[in-house]
Amino acid sequence: MTLELSHLTRRFTDYPALDDVSLEIPPGEFLALLGPSGSGKTTLLRILAGLDYPESGSVRREGRDLLALDARRRKVGLVFQHYALFRHLTVADNVAFGLRVRPWRTRPKRADIAARVERLLRRVQLQDMATRYPAQLSGGQRQRVALARALAVEPDLLLLDEPFGALDAQVRVSLRRWLRELHDEFGLTTVFVTHDQEEALELADRVVVMNRGRIEQIGTPEAIYHDPATPFVCEFIGKANRIAARCEGGKLVAGGLVLGSDPWDGRHDSAIVYIRPEQFVVAEPDEGESWPVCVRHAFRAGGTMHLTLDAAALGQVLEMDVFDGERPHGAWHHGACLRIRPRHVTVFPDGIGPAAALTREPRIVAPATQPVAAGP
Amino acid sequence: MNAVVLPRTSIWPRRWQRTLLILIAVAFMLVFLLLPLAVVFTEALAKGVQTFFVAITQPEARSSIRLTLLVAAMVVPMNIVFGIAAAWAVARFEFRGKALLGALIDLPFSVSPVIAGLIYVLLFGAQGWFGPWLNAHGIRIIFAVPGLVLASVFVTLPFVARELIPLMQAQGSEDEEAARVLGANGWQMFFRVTLPNIRWALLYGVLLCNARAMGEFGAVSVVSGHIRGLTTTMPLEVEMRYNEYDYAGAFAVASLLALLALLTLAIKTALEWRYGDDLAAHAPGGH
Repeated sequence: MTLELSHLTRRFTDYPALDDVSLEIPPGEFLALLGPSGSGKTTLLRILAGLDYPESGSVRREGRDLLALDARRRKVGLVFQHYALFRHLTVADNVAFGLRVRPWRTRPKRADIAARVERLLRRVQLQDMATRYPAQLSGGQRQRVALARALAVEPDLLLLDEPFGALDAQVRVSLRRWLRELHDEFGLTTVFVTHDQEEALELADRVVVMNRGRIEQIGTPEAIYHDPATPFVCEFIGKANRIAARCEGGKLVAGGLVLGSDPWDGRHDSAIVYIRPEQFVVAEPDEGESWPVCVRHAFRAGGTMHLTLDAAALGQVLEMDVFDGERPHGAWHHGACLRIRPRHVTVFPDGIGPAAALTREPRIVAPATQPVAAGP
Repeated sequence: MNAVVLPRTSIWPRRWQRTLLILIAVAFMLVFLLLPLAVVFTEALAKGVQTFFVAITQPEARSSIRLTLLVAAMVVPMNIVFGIAAAWAVARFEFRGKALLGALIDLPFSVSPVIAGLIYVLLFGAQGWFGPWLNAHGIRIIFAVPGLVLASVFVTLPFVARELIPLMQAQGSEDEEAARVLGANGWQMFFRVTLPNIRWALLYGVLLCNARAMGEFGAVSVVSGHIRGLTTTMPLEVEMRYNEYDYAGAFAVASLLALLALLTLAIKTALEWRYGDDLAAHAPGGH
């Protein structure tokens, strides 16, 4: 039961919330909509739920127009960021709500409703809370009630708006693993909105990165992280060093180091190179193809050293991460000097205007000794 | 509302200043509120309990009580419907003239009730715009019960809407959206989610509206025509008896009105105490 979203556009008074968004969601997928606030991800979710409508474009499920259906007929489960539990109803009554409002012909018998509510509450480990009111529950418990309430109507599609946004860090991590298990167990199709990239990359089968109402990239978490399609994705996902490079004589050069061959055969003069902090390696002192750098700061976080390096050749500061296991050269201390080179870089053409640089011709190249790899 | 503990800093009054402020406030309340109230009841009972009961069981008195209850029974439901509709429109929708609607809801608070009464006389009176037409069709509004209801509706218009608008704005529409997505139709959403969310504020608004509808004098006085036993509500009956030097009778009916007011106050206080969090005026954050 594939969901096909095509060319969705939604405009608020002065800015586009969605700008020509197309997307296919196969059944059983766990999809994350990731982006900064104002990127249109919540608008997209609300359109799927039937709480908002696009100015143009279509949403089809099994070839049928989903937008023509009223919110209450879409068989969609929605969990709000702040849960929107009915405060005057007990936990059990909240979960039963979607069943009790059905027309009497399709409404389950009273005993069946009670049985289903009990089963769901046991599944979300709240069977002892059935007679409590939402105000008497913790944030994590409310979240689970909201989930049970959405699942009670056996939705074809589960939508979650910032599901973990209002929870503290520890609850968040355990709850999201649990949510993933629930998704697999119920065989759900789930779309969730988040601005937390860690959450999206950990949970989702595929991630849709959105920015200013447009889709920047759709891909698996690995693809999003390792093969970012646009400069925005590079900068939004994880950390990345941004370095200016030049295309000279068929080579891509930055700070005197040849990063690889020119992927555009001289069509562009300059390029922007992104290098993730963990993609630097320490070079041997006699190795020519490297940048000389000096340590400005060294921070330890668990088994990782975060280094801030002065790179005189580039005229800028670089961030580098070194994991304990792969530490070849003694202690990192302030003022220590060494040579580093990138293992893997992502390059975009520069100087042809921001619009063109957004999506056109990304190339991933490896340093001189390795063959050049083409981007997606 | 929670008690606020003031910090002891120099900007807050010294002990004697504080005592003085409290004394002034209490004295003011005693002289201008409690004393008159006490006078109403003592005067009502001055000539004995017997006279009191005779005064309030006379046909005119009984008819004025009946009329007051009738007017309130018609005004309050109209106000509930209008109040919820207006609050819903203002809190949930964006439309042209929304600010104007918000301002118009408050209009009856700023217009003198006498003018409100005169407006209806000008519209529906014998010499008014619709007077000849109404007359030709045998419909009486001014100097009859419909006029009393119209005038009372006008002066009580803001009470319910004013209570609901800030609460509904603070609560937002997420609960209603959740109900829709779960499959509720419009009526189910309203009766199972919206109404329970606003019930205490609504009751509070209804109480205030009811108190005003029963106690209104100015607007009602203009449209009533003071026909004994037919168009005199309790406040008008009090005035007429007073003008006829029937002090015991005037105060007897007045004491009934005062009792109604005290009852309203008691229920209102109980509501504030028990459900203060759900009342808009006392919880700007809503929940």
